[in-house]
Amino acid sequence: MTKSSIGIKNVRIIDPYNNIDNVLDILIENGKITNIAEGIFSQSGNSNLVVIDGTDKILSPGFIDLHTHLRDPGEEHKETIETGMRAAAKGGFTTICSMPNTNPPVDNSTTVKYILDESNKFELIQVLPIGCVTKGRKGMQISEMWDLKNAGCVGFSDDGDPIYNSEIMQTALQYSEHLGLPVINHCEDTQLSKHSAVNEGKISNRLGLSGWPNQAEDIMIARDIELAKKYGGHLHIAHASTSRSVELINDAKNLGVNITAEVTPHHLTMTDSWLLGHQKDTDVFASLGSEAYDSNLKVNPPLRTKTDIYSLLTGLKEGIIDAIATDHAPHALQDKITTLDDAAYGINGLETAFTLLASLYHQNMLDIVDIINRLTLGAANVISNSIERPKGIKKGELADIVLLDLNSDFTIIGKDFISKSKLTPLEGMTLKGKVILTLAKGSIVYEENNN
Amino acid sequence: MKNIKSIESLSEHNYKLSNSVKNLLDIDQLETNDLDTIFTLTEIIDSFLTNNDKKTSLLKGKTIVTLFYESSTRTRVSFEEAGKLLGADVINMSGNGTSIDKGESLLNTCLTLQSAHTDLIIVRHPHSGAPYFMSKHLSKTKIINAGDGWHAHPTQALIDLYTAKQSYDDLKGLKLVIVGDILHSRVARSDILGFQKLGVNVSLCAPKSLLPTTLLDKSTSDASDPYNTVSVEYDLEKALDNADIVMPLRIQQERLGEVSGFPSLREYSSRFQINDKTLKFAKPNAIVMHPGPMNEGVEISSEIAHSDRSQIENQVRYGVAIRMSLLYLMLIGGDFND
Repeated sequence: MTKSSIGIKNVRIIDPYNNIDNVLDILIENGKITNIAEGIFSQSGNSNLVVIDGTDKILSPGFIDLHTHLRDPGEEHKETIETGMRAAAKGGFTTICSMPNTNPPVDNSTTVKYILDESNKFELIQVLPIGCVTKGRKGMQISEMWDLKNAGCVGFSDDGDPIYNSEIMQTALQYSEHLGLPVINHCEDTQLSKHSAVNEGKISNRLGLSGWPNQAEDIMIARDIELAKKYGGHLHIAHASTSRSVELINDAKNLGVNITAEVTPHHLTMTDSWLLGHQKDTDVFASLGSEAYDSNLKVNPPLRTKTDIYSLLTGLKEGIIDAIATDHAPHALQDKITTLDDAAYGINGLETAFTLLASLYHQNMLDIVDIINRLTLGAANVISNSIERPKGIKKGELADIVLLDLNSDFTIIGKDFISKSKLTPLEGMTLKGKVILTLAKGSIVYEENNN
Repeated sequence: MKNIKSIESLSEHNYKLSNSVKNLLDIDQLETNDLDTIFTLTEIIDSFLTNNDKKTSLLKGKTIVTLFYESSTRTRVSFEEAGKLLGADVINMSGNGTSIDKGESLLNTCLTLQSAHTDLIIVRHPHSGAPYFMSKHLSKTKIINAGDGWHAHPTQALIDLYTAKQSYDDLKGLKLVIVGDILHSRVARSDILGFQKLGVNVSLCAPKSLLPTTLLDKSTSDASDPYNTVSVEYDLEKALDNADIVMPLRIQQERLGEVSGFPSLREYSSRFQINDKTLKFAKPNAIVMHPGPMNEGVEISSEIAHSDRSQIENQVRYGVAIRMSLLYLMLIGGDFND
């Protein structure tokens, strides 16, 4: 792919890596940022150069997603490495961490090599594989973590399932400490959660479903914190969803435990009451709507309550939660077009992430600077021992940037997704905020109206 | 009522449900006037059934499928009987001997039935929300929920309301006590909605482990939410105090699972059984109902189950008339003025 030359004038550059928040012009030539200043394009210069009007738009360093399910190898009908990368680029992500619950799982260097080779076939974005904590994701014996790191893994996780056995969690933390890579746990006491589709509470009772209580998550986070406190290692909490998780993580950080955490856009914006089928939060008791039990709302952990959302937002603002990660979990139609109990867990995340987060900005619930920070610097810090710190928007560097429009309407239509999964509970909703342009390694990898 | 000479002549009268009732998924879809219509028709039909004037051809040419993914006696038989007495063609389907055995999805089974000109599917499914899923994908075929998971059983709730109304002129202000496995009970969930709508005070009695946790959490009181306004009492004798209607429920052992927080039927029955001794704490004329199936000697003693306090056989009897009313209203009545 050819390196791009492009100018953007009068754009608000928010760059947490270099502590910039300023309205400036930027010039990119042959993929490289050659100038950032005021008034670069005030005189007509190079007529061949495309200059985008950045007025009221935001330029951010490319987003990092710590939690992407690419499904490849093994479930290529749901997503491939290529479609996942293209979907990510459309979402503004220039780096994604692929989860290892593939078939075969990423518990050996050969599979890591496959993912890296496959992703390097396309000059798109960067894929950083996460390896399994245990062999075969079976939870019985830790994987060859040195090998996995040498092959290119940036962390370890049995995501999709928790690391259930406390002794395995202990040894995984101890062993991985040598490598400086995080152990990323999907915290779920499966006996308590009973593999339920929905948060335990008013809504689960209304729907006649067994509930997945907050406690099933909190208990395992508390366990992991105790283990990390005593045995060391870097503990990363995947997709925190409860109020209490924020308190636990905060306490652990205050005690000096090496712990980081992420939250997903859907856990920040949707509640369990969406399952009542009214397509919005409602506190008034009513008959279930025609869209009740929408299996596209089945995620793990489940959608929680407004109370949890407020705590998670506070956690994000205060830096207790380090990163926003999508948990992009694509599925085929047949995996979802069934009863809630039978449907697979997971939501299409990459292409709607920014729009959902922008809705928080428009409701004055989260500042845009915080949103961008947690999608860039905050995420980079979690994997800082295995990646070079991103240079951000800096003269002399290859452009790795995303241009955002906070205020234009974006109507979410599943069939327009680049992801192989065309399913979303947001189908037909119009929200403000979208990605206009993404450049990775100096090349345009997504451009609106050009797909 | 006096002008109606037979069930057949119902068609000369303009009985219909609200237009919103295309499918019957839960009882709270029915407005008070819908309930009145159903109960009026039920009374008429029941009187003809009692006089052995049963068979009609009101639903001639209509095809009804009972699609049961869970076992059932009362509900399936009474729906089948109701359809047949009204002259419809009723086809019974379950897993055995159908393509469900071969792994056909619920969606494809439904679409197949719709393509085969089924007018109405009566569905029972172990998964809560299955009828909602079906209704989203069916445009021509109507649906009656005959029980979905722990969620709802609207026709049983109609039966229970109607039965209670046969014993009491006005249900307003009465006290209903539901005793037993509320957590897993779709009947309890629908009955709570139905009885509270008619002004009955609903009280629940069970060990905490058999109650939905949300009913115990009174921190967010929402007066519009019927599940929030029920009262809970763990002591059976206190719960029964001043009760007008007592409804023990079966312990749904099939839903308790292998790892279970339920110690034994023996201990349960010693604490929560409705029998001569415990029923004394209710009002002297209090009636006893049970949606069935009963486990006599566990949640209810045989003596009470077959006593004159018991309305259990009436519930089954009215079940046929309720379901006939509903089938008629859903397949004919609503179209009367179209």
